[in-house]
Amino acid sequence: MSRPDAKDVAERFAASPLLPRDDGGPVFAEPWQAQAFAMAVQLSADGHFTWTEWTTALGEQLQAAVKRGEPDDGSRYFEHWITALEQLATDKKLTDLTALNERKEAWADSYRHTPHGQPVELGARFR
Amino acid sequence: MSQPSSDHAQDHTDVPSDPALRVKALESLLVEKGLVDPDALDVLVDTYENRVGPRNGAQVVARAWVDPAYKQRLLDDGTEAMAEFGYSGGQGEKLTVVENTSSVHNVIVCTLCSCYPWPVLGLPPTWYKSAAFRSRTVIDPRGVLSELGLELPKDIEVRVWDSNAASRYFVLPERPDGTDSMSEAGLAALVTRDAMIGVAKVASPTAGGVS
Repeated sequence: MSRPDAKDVAERFAASPLLPRDDGGPVFAEPWQAQAFAMAVQLSADGHFTWTEWTTALGEQLQAAVKRGEPDDGSRYFEHWITALEQLATDKKLTDLTALNERKEAWADSYRHTPHGQPVELGARFR
Repeated sequence: MSQPSSDHAQDHTDVPSDPALRVKALESLLVEKGLVDPDALDVLVDTYENRVGPRNGAQVVARAWVDPAYKQRLLDDGTEAMAEFGYSGGQGEKLTVVENTSSVHNVIVCTLCSCYPWPVLGLPPTWYKSAAFRSRTVIDPRGVLSELGLELPKDIEVRVWDSNAASRYFVLPERPDGTDSMSEAGLAALVTRDAMIGVAKVASPTAGGVS
């Protein structure tokens, strides 16, 4: 069983529909976008979902955004990206919505309770 | 909390945006299950480290090189001068610009975490986040710079700027020789991320090769 090279998978993902990019490749406005991109690449490289499943999931999110009348300028592209990724991760039972929501709140809480300059770790408020 | 001061008005860390939190949530859950390898993720993200807005800072540097009035505004109030381009230094912190000259070399670091003015510098390189760079840059800046390929003469003063709750820093590198006739856009293309962190100089176009 050969595991596809993450670099090759990354190139394929960089060709995702409407991905903000220039001649040099994908362009990320903020660090979390690159993180979300890399996570999709790694999960796919590890066989958790196929390229077709990915483009279908992402395409559904992009279409839903158009239907909601959101501007089609790419500014929210990676929000749709992470929504598609959450959807696939829950469809494939890698995690579930409850866990995602609870964990998101736990992170937000940790940020609120971590003094500036210290690394933010989960459960910071219990220290 | 104890007495508030202007420096520590904000005694917690800003909560990231909703999508950024969702990325953290998904990532941490999958890492715990062993479905995502954080090191492999880092390697992948690092390949894009030059793809998150580093040209923003380069534009600011080039403008400062050609426009003395802008340069003065930049040094007086980095946050305001960056805002002229529509850039900010991070999550609301003040951005202080420090100038490299023929006698002073500045380098930025964040010893406590890895604060970094990413809207102008892009993604931090892996070594910037490493414990070794964070701790040793303050103790032995010349040694660290030398390991990163920048040998500084002994008569140059090295200043290390450690990010804190009140401010983030940005290095205005020296304009290299042989660039008198270059356009602002041409100059911007010479400016590297490492030069704006202060671990490299901007190479002269005639000296061959910009790293």
